[in-house]
Amino acid sequence: MSTGIVMLAHTAFNRAAQVARHWSEKGCPVVIHVDNRVPENAFLKFTKALSDLSNVKFCARHACEWGTWGMVAATQSASEMMLAEFREVDHVLLTSGSCLPLRPVQELESFLKRHPDTDFIESATTEDVPWTVGGLDQERFTLRFPFSWKKHRWLFDRYVRLQRRVGFRRKTPNDLTPHMGSQWWCLTRHTLDAILNSPDRAEHDAYFRKVWIPDESYFQTLARVYARKIRSQSLTLAQFDYQGKPYIFYDDHLPLLKRSNCFIARKIWPASNTLYNTFLRKQSKGNSDVEPNPGRIARLFSNATERRIRGRAGLYMQSRFPRNTWDHHLTSAPYSVFEGFGDVFENFDSWLGKATGANVHGHLFDRDRVQFAGDQDCFCGAMSGNAAIRDYNPEGFLSSLIWNTRGERQCFQFGPADNQKISKQLATDPNARISVISGAWIIPLFKSGRSFGQIRTEAARLQKTESKHLDILRASWVKAQVRIWTLADFMEAPVENLQSIVDEMGAHLPHKPVPAIKVTELPGFREFLQDLRDQGMHPWLTGDFQAPTAPGKPTPREPRSYMAGK
Amino acid sequence: MGVLGTYRLRVRRRRFLLRAIRKRRELRAVAKRTKTIKRNDILLFSTLRNERFRLPYFLKYYRDMGVQHFLFVDNNSTDGSLEYLAKQDDVSVWTTKHSYKNSRFGVDWLTWLQMRYAHDHWALTVDVDEFLVFPFCDTRSLRALTDWLDASDVTSFGAMLLDMYPKGPLDHFHYTEGQNPFEIASWFDSGNYTLSLNPMYDNLWIQGGPRARQFFTDTPEQAPALNKIPLVRWNRRYAYVSSTHALLPRGLNKVYDQTGGEKASGCLLHAKFLEGFAEKAAEELVRKQHYAGSREYISYASGDGTEPDFWCKWSERYINWRQLEMLGLMSKGNWA
Repeated sequence: MSTGIVMLAHTAFNRAAQVARHWSEKGCPVVIHVDNRVPENAFLKFTKALSDLSNVKFCARHACEWGTWGMVAATQSASEMMLAEFREVDHVLLTSGSCLPLRPVQELESFLKRHPDTDFIESATTEDVPWTVGGLDQERFTLRFPFSWKKHRWLFDRYVRLQRRVGFRRKTPNDLTPHMGSQWWCLTRHTLDAILNSPDRAEHDAYFRKVWIPDESYFQTLARVYARKIRSQSLTLAQFDYQGKPYIFYDDHLPLLKRSNCFIARKIWPASNTLYNTFLRKQSKGNSDVEPNPGRIARLFSNATERRIRGRAGLYMQSRFPRNTWDHHLTSAPYSVFEGFGDVFENFDSWLGKATGANVHGHLFDRDRVQFAGDQDCFCGAMSGNAAIRDYNPEGFLSSLIWNTRGERQCFQFGPADNQKISKQLATDPNARISVISGAWIIPLFKSGRSFGQIRTEAARLQKTESKHLDILRASWVKAQVRIWTLADFMEAPVENLQSIVDEMGAHLPHKPVPAIKVTELPGFREFLQDLRDQGMHPWLTGDFQAPTAPGKPTPREPRSYMAGK
Repeated sequence: MGVLGTYRLRVRRRRFLLRAIRKRRELRAVAKRTKTIKRNDILLFSTLRNERFRLPYFLKYYRDMGVQHFLFVDNNSTDGSLEYLAKQDDVSVWTTKHSYKNSRFGVDWLTWLQMRYAHDHWALTVDVDEFLVFPFCDTRSLRALTDWLDASDVTSFGAMLLDMYPKGPLDHFHYTEGQNPFEIASWFDSGNYTLSLNPMYDNLWIQGGPRARQFFTDTPEQAPALNKIPLVRWNRRYAYVSSTHALLPRGLNKVYDQTGGEKASGCLLHAKFLEGFAEKAAEELVRKQHYAGSREYISYASGDGTEPDFWCKWSERYINWRQLEMLGLMSKGNWA
């Protein structure tokens, strides 16, 4: 008894010959099918290279265009020849010219000996698996496909659409339930013989001749009819990408392939000398009976597919440029925006840094310069602190900053005096955690000691700007997490409010005790607000501070120092 | 873009091609070994002027990578570059004394050579100070990449220009012929790039890096473009528009994914900033042969005549392509 190898080859014939020789010398008969579209001299050269081997044969040639019946016809011819010419064969393994055996032939044969009646063929019903590319699954079996998908895609698509509209359906032969799976199988002589010599073969062939990609369904469906025992698993490690193209193995996959314990791998890049030399050299007598375990390789390739389809969120680069920020986040990680906090608390930046361990910047969008953490001119990723460079592309600036500092929480301050161009982007970014104390900008004005007229003009301007900004933050399409207090509301319990934000950030609090944060002292503030009102400038964004009880007296709620943290 | 716009681009592409055909008269073959080019060979195209001391490493780098034939246009070198190239077995070289600027900065000359020799080949178009890095380039050859691109029906491959610089003023380091320039210029900016879409050609426009933060703080919109598409499965109807930043037909410029995925891409390590850069900038300022009135060189030379120092605390030291991949400057896409 032995294992027969059916090989479908259409290119890289020197490698195909090398592998065929390997099988043949290890006692496995080989029947090779060469695509009919291969030029005659290349075919002759290939046959000549193997002419010294008595157990290598070439079968009748068919043209094998991808997705068409030719592939099945080729497999049938080769399998018939295999069964007829090599009586000792009891398992037939279907391979391609770019397959490479990874384990000694003895191990494959002893594995098959342990499973004498089992057919190894991946075979699942179309309802159960979402494998198919291009949306054709059940319809592969019910529509007609007279046009080539590769050469005449337009006609192919139109004809499919027409059939759908008309409601055309082909009839599936009664005894068949369509199954699909990997093209590469290993069948027992019993099953293969039953399929090829079935009394209904003419009917089956006529049906599958018009099925889309029959090489993935002909044997997979018929094996379900004739097999005694099916293991729905291919012995050939073959992974497909999101376009349905097989992944290719290179020399640097050697350790992974070795550890996979799979019997056959597809497809190998023809110039992978190390792979061919390693796996085809005179192998020590194999006696390992471990089961194939393609998990790690599968993960490698599914990660690659994931990267190609979804990519790294929040990354904008030369080959990833999502245009619709509605579906794609501007940034890669959550960050916090504080508005007005620096005015209410003293040394807010340094306190927040100590309390949360986060990277705390000043006003990143300050009109004169970017206030990076630690007052640096340049920041992570060699980002420039120059305001003109930042304003050239503010949203790019923000997504770069968050991307460059992945793994570290970023916090920055924002206010109506800053460049407002980023406002809308902040609001639509689900990663933004925005906390606003509206009207807090009045505090530095109050403390500035400038003339009342100047303050009044400036306050009016800032109020207008902040009001526009708040309109954006309150819009229905906002995706950021937004909390807004008026200054008056916030001052009811400033430290508690701050603590709730810090808690929400989920920062890992340092073990050291957090120092107290000091609320800025505001003697005479209420009177100041009242004066503004009296001058016709209503600072309504600050909210309702109670009218002063009596001018000149200390305010009833004396600002105090609070402890924040636990 | 409507039918009219598409038609205009088609006319423009034809005009580029005609222009290139006309400009072929400006080229004189000095060493022509194009008969040795075999089917499927990977070709490299470049124009140069006075780059003799850079050439040995450049040729070695790309030979090792798997380039099979080099096609150079020498723009009137006086330092022996032409003679050196003419001696190499895998090089064909043409020379011209005509204006670099009037040849659309060398593009017309190369377009002619590409039309003539690159049809159906993978063509890599780079300057002598640009070194391609692509995913797995330490273990796989350029042929592995082009085979994979072929299998995936991809015809163009993007590689952003990454400006490399030494730590300290440029003239503190001496570059010896044949040396890997990145032993000296081993630092780069890892994350200060801005991208925008150019709706005319559908290409991304990338700016930033050390030049932008050093020389273009007042006019960031004028900072040099860093987006490049150097590797193309060539067809005689293709034409580069300006340097290798964009091509026509413009479908070739879509080397990026717009729905959130990542396409495979590489980087062109740019060894421009080495010893003698200030000198060269001063010379180019006089020649006025560079893009947009040599704007770049004006910015470089407007300093106090000393060599610039690009290095800052946040500069990143180059290790390998995997580092660039992790930093998000390039991507493996679905190549694994």
